[in-house]
Amino acid sequence: MVLVLALGDLHIPHRAPDLPPKFKSMLVPGKIQHIICTGNLCIKEVHDYLRTVCPDLHITQGEYDEETRYPETKTLTIGQFKLGICHGHQVIPWGDLDSLAMLQRKLDVDILVTGHTHQFKAYKHEAGVVINPGSATGAHSSITYDVNPSFVLMDIDGLRVVVYVYELIDGEVKVDKIDFKKTTATAPSAH
Amino acid sequence: MIQDGVEDEEKWLAAGITGLQQNAFYMHRALDSNNLKDALKYSAQMLSELRTSRLSPHKYYELYMRAFDELRQLEMFFKEETKRGCSIVELYELVQHAGNILPRLYLLCTVGSVYIKSKEAPAKDVLKDLVEMCRGIQHPVRGLFLRSYLSQVSRDKLPDIGSEYEGDADTVMDAVEFVLQNFTEMNKLWVRMQHQGAAREKERREKERSELRDLVGKNLHVLSQIEGIDLDMYRDLVLPRVLEQVVNCKDDIAQYYLMDCIIQVFPDEYHLQTLEILLGACPQLQPGVDIKTVLSRLMERLSNYAVSSAEVLPEFFQVEAFTKLNNSIGKVIEAQVDMTADGAVTLYSSLLKFTLHVHPDRLDFVDQILGACVMKLSSKGKLKDSKATKEIVALLSAPLDKYNDIDTALKLSNYSRVMDCLDDGTNKVMANVIVQSIMKNKTCISTADKVEALFELIKGLIQDLGEHLQDELDEDDFKEEQNSVARLIQMLYTDDPEEMLKIVCIMRKHILTGGPKRLPFTVPPLVFNSLKLVRQLQGQEENVAQEEASATPKKVFQLLNQTIEALSVVPVPELALQLYLQCAETANDCDLEPVAYEFFTQAYILYEEEISDSRAQVTAIHLIIGTLQRMHVFGVENRDTLTHKATGYSAKLLKKPDQCRAVYACSHLFWFDDQDGIKDGERVLLCLKRALRIANAAQQMANAARGNSGSVMLFIEILNKYLYFFEKGNSQITVTSIQSLIELITTEMQSDTLTHDPAADAFFASTLRYIQFQKDKGGAVGEKYEPIKV
Repeated sequence: MVLVLALGDLHIPHRAPDLPPKFKSMLVPGKIQHIICTGNLCIKEVHDYLRTVCPDLHITQGEYDEETRYPETKTLTIGQFKLGICHGHQVIPWGDLDSLAMLQRKLDVDILVTGHTHQFKAYKHEAGVVINPGSATGAHSSITYDVNPSFVLMDIDGLRVVVYVYELIDGEVKVDKIDFKKTTATAPSAH
Repeated sequence: MIQDGVEDEEKWLAAGITGLQQNAFYMHRALDSNNLKDALKYSAQMLSELRTSRLSPHKYYELYMRAFDELRQLEMFFKEETKRGCSIVELYELVQHAGNILPRLYLLCTVGSVYIKSKEAPAKDVLKDLVEMCRGIQHPVRGLFLRSYLSQVSRDKLPDIGSEYEGDADTVMDAVEFVLQNFTEMNKLWVRMQHQGAAREKERREKERSELRDLVGKNLHVLSQIEGIDLDMYRDLVLPRVLEQVVNCKDDIAQYYLMDCIIQVFPDEYHLQTLEILLGACPQLQPGVDIKTVLSRLMERLSNYAVSSAEVLPEFFQVEAFTKLNNSIGKVIEAQVDMTADGAVTLYSSLLKFTLHVHPDRLDFVDQILGACVMKLSSKGKLKDSKATKEIVALLSAPLDKYNDIDTALKLSNYSRVMDCLDDGTNKVMANVIVQSIMKNKTCISTADKVEALFELIKGLIQDLGEHLQDELDEDDFKEEQNSVARLIQMLYTDDPEEMLKIVCIMRKHILTGGPKRLPFTVPPLVFNSLKLVRQLQGQEENVAQEEASATPKKVFQLLNQTIEALSVVPVPELALQLYLQCAETANDCDLEPVAYEFFTQAYILYEEEISDSRAQVTAIHLIIGTLQRMHVFGVENRDTLTHKATGYSAKLLKKPDQCRAVYACSHLFWFDDQDGIKDGERVLLCLKRALRIANAAQQMANAARGNSGSVMLFIEILNKYLYFFEKGNSQITVTSIQSLIELITTEMQSDTLTHDPAADAFFASTLRYIQFQKDKGGAVGEKYEPIKV
């Protein structure tokens, strides 16, 4: 069992002062094995903070990131799953499901995590999952104005992944759960 | 030489102890055999050792303690004697035959103690006699110890109220009189020490004196424990007499110690009720007395007293404690012209803390204190004294800590004036404290007036103050500091759009003074804050008829335009471009075509003129296309201009793959999935074909340059785009064209010149799998995909 935190579009300090305290108190060090961050942190302080939560940190480049040496896309394998990360401003039209599916095919991943729209999304597509963890700070974007802070925790266990979505609605953390099971036949590692 | 002195002293002390022990031995023998005469003789000889002048107070104390223990036994003996029938009065007479005055007085005090216990004479008479007799010793150290002995043996025999020695009415007066007299005499002896001996030994003497101070202070302890002293007596007799002695002795050490002692030993409620008398003494003290510490301690005690119980608070109001303290501080500062700035600030700081405890609701008091502080400091120009600045930071931090709310500080008109007294560095430190306080408490500053006041307070962070601090500041520190300002900007917010517009204007005014180093940090949050306001106004427009409202999206956009323009001095064209595009999109949502067009124009100008780095260009192009794709506000003409330009930029990127990807992305500018969106299938196809040509060219170039044809990645990407539009129903995308693209890729992949690329293999495989997936779906989609062969 591996816990993977996925989050992005924090936009600190441009659009939000900090992560919501309720989230911070949930993200205690030592529980999470990997962090994947789609980008737009935007400053080093946030990077350093994430590192304290978990040192295994995978970040892709957002257009507002102070650090400009993050990769545009990144893939990693966790358990039986291959994950792909990309901020998403490169995928036009922004947030478009079919265009993201193309990126998923290109990276050849089971789970694609992207951001940019600040809209939480998680859906099964073909044989994989496409996730947008939303904005962890609830930063507004020109695409979405009223944004609830949200992030995603993935519990990867063999061929099964449970995606927990944490959303802060009116000061209360709401949790949602999406179950996904991979059939071995479509495992990309078979190719 | 000093070493010798110490050694000599040790010798003298040893000799003293030996003599003392020897005589004590004989004394004991006499006591055992009930030989009163010998007992008196040897005890007198034993006590003679205390006549030495050679010992320092410290060593003398050691000797004294030994004698003291022996005297306890002698006292027991005297008590036994009286039981055996010896008259105490006779005994009292008998001990006075001792040859030397010092042993005589020690013996007298010892018998006196037994005398009082026997109650054969009123306690007050015996005590009076003893305290008078002790005048006989005028040597300071000897006198202090003798009187200390008297105080020691008599403290449980005072004719206090409720004591067994209480005689007729008012004997508590006699007890008080006795202690006061002893105190006065002891203090005189103590002060006199200062004026004896050589001037060069002043330091040593002062050290010795401070070793002795508790002997004097003990009397005040005794006084504080006399039950019979009620508030009236304390106010009318005890305190005035003690203060009279303190003031009149004109000795720095004594005054400081005794004032402090008074404050510590007597109860808080007495202090509160006699504040005027106590404070009245302060300006009369010597200029060298550390009065600020004394007063600070007093205020600290009173603060704690006030906190201890809500019931005592009315007393504070009744006696007008604040006014009295405030006046007194003013007088002290006036009287002690040499008082350092930090001393004065410490005083104000203590008074402020007192006020925050006792009068948390009286902001005017707080402001008054700050005002007085400014008066004192303004004459001195900017403070350089580190101790004083530290005190000011403490002073200014106190209200923030107390109220947990910057709002309060913003109401204090003198707050910023105190900050002005700080040097620029400390001013910044304080500004940071304020910002941190706001962030910690998540205080939302929601009116324009307060925002203005806040910016006045933190101006050290917002702009360069006169001096060249920039060079001194570490770059990381500067970043951190400016990021905290950016965070702060998020806290300046209200739901009222009219007020919010005012806030935005004020923020803008201050932020734009920040100079090129700060603007990249502070402009983005300002822009996003303003865009939030636009969103608010938009929401409002839907509900309320807007006739007289001055806040309109248009107005905000005008401000935004100028705000982003300010970044050109930095310059940070990438950031500015992103911000322009954000604004354009928001203008789009407000249906303001000209505004949106203007923002796009600005973004394009930056792209053309300022952004030259190829990676930055790629990102910028993606953002331009991505934003443009979402714009619905543009009419045909504007739209054409902007899309034409965007495609042009795409085709001119440096690297062929970047060109190719940007060009196929442009295809989305001609196809909108929503119902009445533009669906220009022809131009979509044109873009894709152009992308194909570029992909071809890329491969040829690779062939020419490296001898192999590179990857087919781009072709597969284009194939996916074909499938995308095919699925969306673009009739220009035919099965044939898709089929030939698949064949092209298959052929290319089998070609010898191609470098094997596992990523391309996987991509192609998953694309084909996707086609199969769609086929298997059945229904309309399945039917559509049916003719494609994989």
